[in-house]
Amino acid sequence: MSSENHSCQSNYLTFKGKYAGVWGWLFSTDHKRIGILYLYSILSFFIAGAFLGLLMKLELIAPGSTIMRAQTYNGFFTLHGITMIFLIVIPGIPAVFGNFFLPLLIGARDVAFPRLNLLSWWIYILGALVALSSQFLGSDPPDTGWTFYAPYSFRTGTNMLPAVLGAFILGFSSILTGLNFIVTIHRLRAPGMTWLRMPLFPWSLYGTAWIQLLATPIIGITLLMVVAERTLKIGFFDPTLGGDPVLYQHLFWIYSHPAVYIMILPAMGIISELLPAFARKPIFGYKAIVVSTLLIAFIGYFVWGHHMFTAGMSGTAQFAFSFLTFLVAIPSAVKVFNWLATLYKGSIHIQTPFLWAASFLFVFMIGGMSGLVLGALATNVHLHDTAFVVAHFHFIVFGGVGYAFMAGIHYWFPKMFGRMYDSGWANTGWGLFFSGFLTLYFPMFILGMKGMPRRYFDYLPEFHGLNVISSLGAMLMLFGLAIVLINLMRAARRGAAAPDNPWGALTLEWTVPSPPPVANFIDIPTIVTHPYDYSILQPKDLSK
Amino acid sequence: MTPTESHRDDVGAKIGMWLFIFTELLLFGGLFIVYAVYRYKNPVAFHFAAEELNRGMGILNTILLLISSATVAMSLTAVQLNERGKSLILISITLMLGVLFLVNKYIEWGDKWGHGIYPGSEKLLELGHGEVLFFGLYFAMTGLHALHIVIGLLILTIALFRVKRNRITSSDYVLLENGGLYWHMVDIVWIFLFPLFYLIV
Repeated sequence: MSSENHSCQSNYLTFKGKYAGVWGWLFSTDHKRIGILYLYSILSFFIAGAFLGLLMKLELIAPGSTIMRAQTYNGFFTLHGITMIFLIVIPGIPAVFGNFFLPLLIGARDVAFPRLNLLSWWIYILGALVALSSQFLGSDPPDTGWTFYAPYSFRTGTNMLPAVLGAFILGFSSILTGLNFIVTIHRLRAPGMTWLRMPLFPWSLYGTAWIQLLATPIIGITLLMVVAERTLKIGFFDPTLGGDPVLYQHLFWIYSHPAVYIMILPAMGIISELLPAFARKPIFGYKAIVVSTLLIAFIGYFVWGHHMFTAGMSGTAQFAFSFLTFLVAIPSAVKVFNWLATLYKGSIHIQTPFLWAASFLFVFMIGGMSGLVLGALATNVHLHDTAFVVAHFHFIVFGGVGYAFMAGIHYWFPKMFGRMYDSGWANTGWGLFFSGFLTLYFPMFILGMKGMPRRYFDYLPEFHGLNVISSLGAMLMLFGLAIVLINLMRAARRGAAAPDNPWGALTLEWTVPSPPPVANFIDIPTIVTHPYDYSILQPKDLSK
Repeated sequence: MTPTESHRDDVGAKIGMWLFIFTELLLFGGLFIVYAVYRYKNPVAFHFAAEELNRGMGILNTILLLISSATVAMSLTAVQLNERGKSLILISITLMLGVLFLVNKYIEWGDKWGHGIYPGSEKLLELGHGEVLFFGLYFAMTGLHALHIVIGLLILTIALFRVKRNRITSSDYVLLENGGLYWHMVDIVWIFLFPLFYLIV
């Protein structure tokens, strides 16, 4: 494409549509603008959630009450959980990068239902506001933890209703986004893009979308039942009325376990996009990655019971759930081996996105392995509800989604904003964040094994030393995060203009100008090759 | 192609509707699981509680919904055959049957209310746990279903006006088709609710 063609179409950032100014963003059905809307909303919530996490870590810097009371701490870990899970990691990558890059990656002008897409963002904001109103309206903030376990969730005098309803509303947003992506991938792939020529990020979004669609309604109805329980005393989960609280746990985890695959699959998709680009080598085992994506999505439905080994279930059920949990580790490991094999003998370019991707592999491995420790029946009983669990899911959820998100934003930032960031500061921020992350969460494995329970504002004196290290790690990590974010915000305004393809990557989004024009492609491309065919590059391209 | 130029994809719209129907079925699926668990735990109480329901009313409502599903399907065929007047009549009949269903439901609920049986009522709490759960599920499931009837009626009302204004035509009828699909979904959920609450005693 010539640069003349570029200039005759305004890019999506400066395009003047029906509405001017901020309304042109809030009512835009352009998938790229909606992606940016999600990016800003999610980052704002993330900063708030991370700050809450820091406050909790400051409380734990010494035994006894240091900066808050027990009830405040309960409110903080609940809000931290609700924000991080429902507002950030579940919508996270699909809502931001999925919206922005799915159409670009498959050669489409937009998603299948652009107006529904905008509606999803509005529902997301509505759900977020309703959930957060629980902090300010009525009695004390919710204190159940993000899991809303029965019967406490309808017995506690705190302001549970808005939190539960907010999570319910957010579910709608998730379902509609998933639905939109499935139809988009089925109907709008560019001519010649067969299923097996589709890049891996869209594949992971496809797997994710099916989970969003088929698991989210279960939590929707479960949360509605909690609402009905609280307001109407129906008795679904209330033992005094004949209900069964363990049934709540089943229904909750039937969604919430697949939900961790909603979080991690798109993260894996980003890593699968990135590694070939920075190793300048075709992805190893494309089909194996596709199949393992779908297998993870499928097996992920049948492992929910491993959250409830100590809640009272039969030995047979425990054995089955434990076995299935080990089974789901196989496709995850297949991916890791494929990524490593992709790097093997590649021409690796160590740039900021690659640093995040490589550290993703590291923390994801630790997170995954510690998951098996929890999935094994014998060790689970010992480690259940300890700091070990907290360390595990922060390694896998924060380590997985967070690092992939950071890898994604540093990879696609030049395309999204048309500007480059300062890679020196970006790398410094990464280094501090990574060291802080390990210092923060690694001691919690040991603390958990020694028996420190989770969700307490206080602990025994013998846990003091490791808790101090962990709290210092939290500060270091947030310091690194601040550098990363400030660097990016600065670059979005004042960075040098980015070329169309700064990394020498081959997928379709790099064939359009940075930032992309409103209609994405002047002519819809026809696909004739595999997405990661780096063998066609000339030596001069490789040295770029 | 300018960004404002919209693209039309009827097949895509229909896939979208089917996917949405999956999610609706799973939403009810959660309640069906709860029903199954508590029926298994309280077989006798569920048996006696079910006898309290008005089976005649249930049968009548089932018939109303089955006919309305037929009429909505016929209205689509009428649109495809360019018979607009016939289609309008058939959609109106569907709407009327849906409203009648709600009226019956209101009478049924009101009757239970009159006997002091509603969620959290003193009389219900005096009965056993099984009865509390049965009626709790009855009100929750038929209530959620009634809400879906209302949504279905709204969609079909929009379709009615679009047919009237010639916006739904023999070459562009996906809204009516999707509305019909949604209506069938509401119907099939009732087909399962009816025997579970009224027939298994």
